[in-house]
Amino acid sequence: MSAAPEHAPTMAKMSLTERLAPHAPILLVIALILAGLVAIPATSSWLTLTVSGLAMGMMIFIMASGLTLVFGLMDVINFGHGAFVSVGAFVGVSFLLLLERMTGAPNLLWNLTALMVAIVGAMGATGVMGWAFERVIVKPVYGHHLKQILVTMGGLIVVEQLIIVLWGPEEIYITRPEALKGAITFAGAALEKYRLVAVGIGLVVFLAMRYTLRRTKIGLIVRAGVENGEMVQALGYNLRMVFIGVFVAGSALAGLGGVLWGLYQEVITAHMGNQTMILVFIVVIIGGLGSVEGCFIGALLVGLMQNYVAFLEPKAALISNIALMVAILMWRPMGMIPVVKAK
Amino acid sequence: MSDPILKLDNVFTNIAQYHILQGVDLTVPRGEVTMLLGRNGVGKTTTLRTIIGHWRALQGSVLFDGQDITKLPTPAIARAGIGFVPEDMGIFADLTVEENMILAAVSGAIDEARLQWLFTVFPALETFWKKDAGTLSGGQKQMLSIARAMIEERALYLIDEPTKGLAPAIITTMARAIKELKDQGASILLVEQNFAVAKALGDTANVMDDGRMVWSGQMSELATNAELQERLMGLSMEAH
Repeated sequence: MSAAPEHAPTMAKMSLTERLAPHAPILLVIALILAGLVAIPATSSWLTLTVSGLAMGMMIFIMASGLTLVFGLMDVINFGHGAFVSVGAFVGVSFLLLLERMTGAPNLLWNLTALMVAIVGAMGATGVMGWAFERVIVKPVYGHHLKQILVTMGGLIVVEQLIIVLWGPEEIYITRPEALKGAITFAGAALEKYRLVAVGIGLVVFLAMRYTLRRTKIGLIVRAGVENGEMVQALGYNLRMVFIGVFVAGSALAGLGGVLWGLYQEVITAHMGNQTMILVFIVVIIGGLGSVEGCFIGALLVGLMQNYVAFLEPKAALISNIALMVAILMWRPMGMIPVVKAK
Repeated sequence: MSDPILKLDNVFTNIAQYHILQGVDLTVPRGEVTMLLGRNGVGKTTTLRTIIGHWRALQGSVLFDGQDITKLPTPAIARAGIGFVPEDMGIFADLTVEENMILAAVSGAIDEARLQWLFTVFPALETFWKKDAGTLSGGQKQMLSIARAMIEERALYLIDEPTKGLAPAIITTMARAIKELKDQGASILLVEQNFAVAKALGDTANVMDDGRMVWSGQMSELATNAELQERLMGLSMEAH
């Protein structure tokens, strides 16, 4: 072997553009908010729409986060994810109806307690359902994308029909807990109380998820598994068990999203999960498949864009998010925060 | 000779319709560096991937420390005491160097003494401890890949072409690391295309061709027999 000097690595100083590049997605959210401020004539309207957009974004994030991890970790395309949203909404609303005395009282603590009970019930039900869904529907089609699409869509249809059998075919109108009705006024803008609560819950979920993924060993396994599952297994970790856990957690989060979305829309139907899937898939794609941070930023962009455009040009609202997706994919074809997958 | 740490007996492995391994026999003695040599595409990487369970042997058996691991899942094989350094290094680019190492410490927290030893072997890892592994150079990634396998003591290490595409200085570092590992009593099965490295490190050598083992013996015998090298691997001494 040839003798050579000791390897003495150094790292070159990065330019400003290089330093900013990793933060471009979050800067895009800030740019969109500022663009909204410029385009919307009244500041109070802008503030109302911004809170509304953030709330919508948080709810979409909660629904989408499980889907992106499931895809990233095991390459599973779950078109049945919407089923968990619908079931979560129906179970959660059933709990709220049972706790009508608590939700009807003008007492914030009672209202939030009832909401928490509904959320825990919905997440428990959808978590168990997620476990059964993975074992019965997803497990036989690992590695077969076309079959995954067909089978999970079939699962979605079955679950929707079961909801109709259990809760009836009619849509159910609901009212929010008493203390969460109405709005507070801030800087001349009316901010709906419920949307503020949704923003709070969304932030808590995001921070908890981020903490788990960044600061715990199970989070490291999940992040590494998204990138190179084969190597994680070669280190000695049973990735299949981790995946089942992630699938259950993702299903439970979709259930939570269903409860929040139902209360946001104030009506629930068996097909509501399926209908939200368009926004969920847009968010997962523009965020970067498998990236939780990308999913979060993508959801905020979608929520804000939808609200701003609906106010400025209602007819364009329908295509605004598709246009956003096209623009982002032209900028970053693998999504805003792409996950580097091993070949 | 004591019982070998690893023994492959008549192993056949297919990848899709391709018959890659066609009856591989291989013995890895304890505490030695066993070289697995041969031209590109003869099945060296497939042999390692079959041992670790990434690909299943259709026929034959893989015995590790007397235990049949042929049908065990990859995590169970790894936990039985086999460390694996794949050809593509398999580092987690989105994780920091520190996170890569934490993940590799499967049985719990990182052993601080062992980590300090690794820092003396691979000083670059300490320098870039908090950096994303994806930002490292090729050589640094290879150091991380090997250090990750070494962070916990293993009875056997499978290392696939650790010097591929590396600068001479880093090749020297790699060779030193593998030698230190051997000095600690570990057994190593090493796939290597760099014959100079193979000569320097190997105790025994096995040469593959067309999915079979065509020669097994002492590395010193192969290293000094130009005619044998030319016949088995198409090497000429002038090239080294």
